[in-house]
Amino acid sequence: MNFFIATLITPLLGGFLLGIIRTPKLAAKLNIFTSSLTFLFSIFLSFEVLGKDSLDALNGWFHLDAYNVFLVALTAFVGMTTTIFSKPYMQHELEIGRVNERRMRLYHSMYQLFQFGMLLGFTTNNIGVLWVSLELATLATVLLVSLYRTPASIAAAWKYFILCGMGIALALFGTILVFFTSSTILGHGNEALTWSLLYAQAGQLDPAVMSIAFCFLMVGYGTKVGLVPMHAWLPDAHGEGPTPVSAVLSGLLLNLALYALVRFKMLVDGSTHTHMAGHIMMGFGMVSLLVAAMSLHKQRDIKRMFSFSSIEHMALMTFAFGIGTQLAAFAALLHMTVHSLVKSGIFFTVGHAAQVMGTQKMAEIRGLIVHHPGIGWGLLIGTAAIAGFPPFGVFMSEFLLFTATLESYPWLAVPLLLGLLIAMGGLFRFVQPMVYGETAEHAKHVQVNMMPVYIHFGLALILGLSIPLFLSQWYHQAAALIVGGSI
Amino acid sequence: MSLAFAQQIIDGMAALTLLISFSLLAQHRMLSVLHWFAAQGWLLAATAALVAYSTGESELYISAIMTFLLKGLLLPWMLWRVIRKLHVHREVESLMNSGMTVIIAVAVTLFSFHVIQPIEATSELMTRNSMAIATACVLLSMLMMITRKKAITQVIGFLAVENSLFFAAIGATNGMPLVVEIGIAFDVLIAALIFGLFFFQIRNTFDSMEIDAMQASLIHKDDDE
Repeated sequence: MNFFIATLITPLLGGFLLGIIRTPKLAAKLNIFTSSLTFLFSIFLSFEVLGKDSLDALNGWFHLDAYNVFLVALTAFVGMTTTIFSKPYMQHELEIGRVNERRMRLYHSMYQLFQFGMLLGFTTNNIGVLWVSLELATLATVLLVSLYRTPASIAAAWKYFILCGMGIALALFGTILVFFTSSTILGHGNEALTWSLLYAQAGQLDPAVMSIAFCFLMVGYGTKVGLVPMHAWLPDAHGEGPTPVSAVLSGLLLNLALYALVRFKMLVDGSTHTHMAGHIMMGFGMVSLLVAAMSLHKQRDIKRMFSFSSIEHMALMTFAFGIGTQLAAFAALLHMTVHSLVKSGIFFTVGHAAQVMGTQKMAEIRGLIVHHPGIGWGLLIGTAAIAGFPPFGVFMSEFLLFTATLESYPWLAVPLLLGLLIAMGGLFRFVQPMVYGETAEHAKHVQVNMMPVYIHFGLALILGLSIPLFLSQWYHQAAALIVGGSI
Repeated sequence: MSLAFAQQIIDGMAALTLLISFSLLAQHRMLSVLHWFAAQGWLLAATAALVAYSTGESELYISAIMTFLLKGLLLPWMLWRVIRKLHVHREVESLMNSGMTVIIAVAVTLFSFHVIQPIEATSELMTRNSMAIATACVLLSMLMMITRKKAITQVIGFLAVENSLFFAAIGATNGMPLVVEIGIAFDVLIAALIFGLFFFQIRNTFDSMEIDAMQASLIHKDDDE
């Protein structure tokens, strides 16, 4: 339990501390230190929870089980490697004058507060607090998206703010509706908003109210997951914000929204005893997959292109959770892990590539493998990994998902495969000339740190070749939780 | 005060809230929009206090005071100051086809009643009648965000959504637990501060408060340059 408090409090304190440190170099180091500490604590916490199934902390205000503790560890890990990447990256942005020292302070402080919001959302046992923490994480990232203060970045941040504000308001309405029915059973208090108590009473919740509530929650949290047609904010926010922010938005924030959605799905399933919630999720997932795969082909900006790939992968996970079998849930959890690792690794690489070429336009990025073999190979390997080539983990999870689809809804395997192939074609169509192509003359020499990228891709490779036993047990446990619908 | 009488007053207040949502939708002048928004905040606080008095829920009194301070005074005052500083307080906003908007608004209201009334029947709270109205208010405020073209009125729409959600929470459940209410109020306050910051950035960058001007800078990204 002490590890839990340490995990949660470290980023909060770090955020306040970084708000008063004026020298960017020191702040960047401290940022790495804080995130590493958070990661260390989260590892200890994971083993503690793993040993005893589930853990209640602080009088039941927080609840940790196999499902969320694995996401806590993942969040802390990607949070840590992103800070390592961001040190040279943001240093370069400072040198070329895209940010000043004051905004660097804002950046570091908000980064840690974002981490805090994420961890709070994953661990809280209260659906109201979950909403508050997701909003907190959103507000922190709004300020990060507009960090460069260019017209496009301000417009993107505004769009992000308004659209996600609308979405999240609908999610709050859904939460109120859940409270409306649960308060008649569990009493008018925090008990009626507590996950662990709600699951125990799921059978008594009014099915009609829960169905309406789920529609609002689906659209609300679905906006944050980036599902079509509520995805309009996502490519802009990813494209205009600083690259470390794109990496954590894609790799982490979307996961939190999906986590919330799946938790509510478990609750609604327990109340309605139908596949209504699952079918809605499958529908949104499938449409998002196809739309994202096709939109990918129309992009001109490298970060926007990869943000559509994020929509595609979040859609796959939503679809998999919607199917709702043990195998599909296992595939979705594995996919969540490998997507977070590979996609943030890709954004690190893309960030360096954009700095070397001085632009994010794909047409002007050429011949990376000549200028900077490290970045060129990184982009190539990352794209192969995210497109689902063996032996990377994404192949493994997509294969499992495909099998699960064939098992339950064979006719949906066709559009699923089609979506995956279209997306793969789009990725390679753009990446191939960027990596090989004729060499560009405007390339600069930039100090890069490819270490985090290699670590991420290496882990994705290991997950593809053989999942460690403790991890697969963990996934099985979490998948059983999700399918069983009980805490 | 008898319960039946209190219930009638609450129903009356719900009707007034719906009326305010309609007026927010139809106002042209910036300052009038702001006035109606402030009125909505006061009405909310009064409703919360009345429900607190008639049910004896002491937590709801704190919610009512918080609502009055935040949504009745602080937010309108902040917005008023921003409007003065940006010199837009006399501005008139052209609305998209206001006749059509009102027809859509009526349809939205009917739709809310259609969806929510069946589940209202399952509740035994004295505030249950206001649930459908609260749903209508949420959707109407969203409609306001869609039809407005200026950043400030869009934000007022956003805050009106939050107001309606608070009203829904009172109507459906006699208010959410205090911890959650405080968390939500805190988020709204932070959001308002960030909005304030954005207004000046938008003004400095785009020389106008029109949403279209902003969107153009993003749409441009997709075109061939």
